[in-house]
Amino acid sequence: MKIQTVLGISLIGATLFAGSANADVRDIRIGVDVPYEPMEFRTPDGELTGFDIELGNALCAEIGIQCEWVVQGWDGIIPGLMARKYDAIMSSMTINDDRRKQVLFSDPYFTPPSAWFAPASSDIEVPYPQTLEGKTIGVQRGTLQDNYVTDNFGDVADVNRYATADDMVLDMDAGRLDIVFLDFPVGKATLIDSNAGNYKVIGEMITEPKEYFGDGFGIAFRQRDEELANAFNEALATLKDNGTYEDIYSDYFGAK
Amino acid sequence: MESLTTWIEGLLADNTIFTLQTLSYYGEGLTTTVQLVFLSLIIGLVLAVPLAIGRGSKHQWIKMPIFFYCYVFRGTPLLVQLYLIYYGVVFIDGIQDTWLWVILEKPFVPALIAFTLNTAAYTTEIFRGAIKSTARGEIEAARAYGMSWWLMMRRIVLPSAFRRALPAYGNEVIFMLHASAIASVVTIMDLTGAARFVYARFYAPFDAFLFVAAIYLCLTFSILYLFRYLEKRLLAHLKPSGQ
Repeated sequence: MKIQTVLGISLIGATLFAGSANADVRDIRIGVDVPYEPMEFRTPDGELTGFDIELGNALCAEIGIQCEWVVQGWDGIIPGLMARKYDAIMSSMTINDDRRKQVLFSDPYFTPPSAWFAPASSDIEVPYPQTLEGKTIGVQRGTLQDNYVTDNFGDVADVNRYATADDMVLDMDAGRLDIVFLDFPVGKATLIDSNAGNYKVIGEMITEPKEYFGDGFGIAFRQRDEELANAFNEALATLKDNGTYEDIYSDYFGAK
Repeated sequence: MESLTTWIEGLLADNTIFTLQTLSYYGEGLTTTVQLVFLSLIIGLVLAVPLAIGRGSKHQWIKMPIFFYCYVFRGTPLLVQLYLIYYGVVFIDGIQDTWLWVILEKPFVPALIAFTLNTAAYTTEIFRGAIKSTARGEIEAARAYGMSWWLMMRRIVLPSAFRRALPAYGNEVIFMLHASAIASVVTIMDLTGAARFVYARFYAPFDAFLFVAAIYLCLTFSILYLFRYLEKRLLAHLKPSGQ
């Protein structure tokens, strides 16, 4: 073998393994479902942004790896992780026991309440099964809000399930829905902030019972990728200590 | 009925996905799918017959609008038509205050309208072809008997055209059943909607969709047998003799 060839091959080898500060953790791809404002969405010029995206990028920078975002529809997001289309999911995914059977979660990085939203003219005061009898409730298909509404209100009310939060807002604008049940930050951004005065929050923030609402949002990994999950947990702890987490949080939700 | 429920419950005892609850979703989905497809096919058929006759008219002002209608509805995806009719109409100002909103508010009627218009366009073309291929001799014979245009249509052209159109129309019915799977994008809980619900709830794509595929297969075979029976009855005179 010529000396140039040997040199060339070792050079390629060196470049391949360079650039990752943490030897155990390689560059990864992260799956995300957009739009889900303000957690993940696109700016008018098409850039991905949002709380998850900024926090995810900060975590990757802290670990010292490159992260690439892969957009994937919500109802195929866990199968996509299993099929190795990406290595992690950071997409407002609530940690719960059902999902724990499938994936390995990081420590929770955010705990959002869910809330009911209705048109400003709505006369619903407290959403109980009795007060929502015969009403049409909108939820996003396959979300924990879907499970909660289906089990607690499915017998008395019509439940309309949507593929995206956008379709649901469109139908709420059209007057086809009496009330929707959403993650509070998402509902606030898409319904309250962008349609001043047309919508209001009904009742209190809902985070109980735990069997539905889980322990907050986590980053999901394949079960065997424990090292990767540990790296993210350490980075998350560091960002919370050094104030970076606080900065990103207040950019999106105001001061704590 | 009581014992049937217990029997099913026993069968499903070791099963976390197919409980009585999820089976009832599939059951409701089956009803919705059958209703939606059956209604749109019946209404589409009723619309298609006069349209097919008009499509072959000598007058441009009858022929052209029907040609245009078929061209648009056969030239665009059914999904796009469904989106336009369900989500598009809400952008018409003030539609919520008119009587139209009573029928357009729930997703069933918009889906029915989209499916009906779509299948009517295809069926029109199927019938037009069949009418056009009527043997000249039959028409000349009818004229020679002094039949009026209407009598000729009723007694000679349409009955034989329907027979010729039957195999192609059978295909259209099956295509319509399969096309109805997109109804779930406008929140209708049809068979596919039920499967997507079970899939999203249990993260079990294989179980949810294989089960629903089996139901669609059963429906398709029932339709196939119905049309085979009809063809046997109505096209008996075309069979080689002695069989």
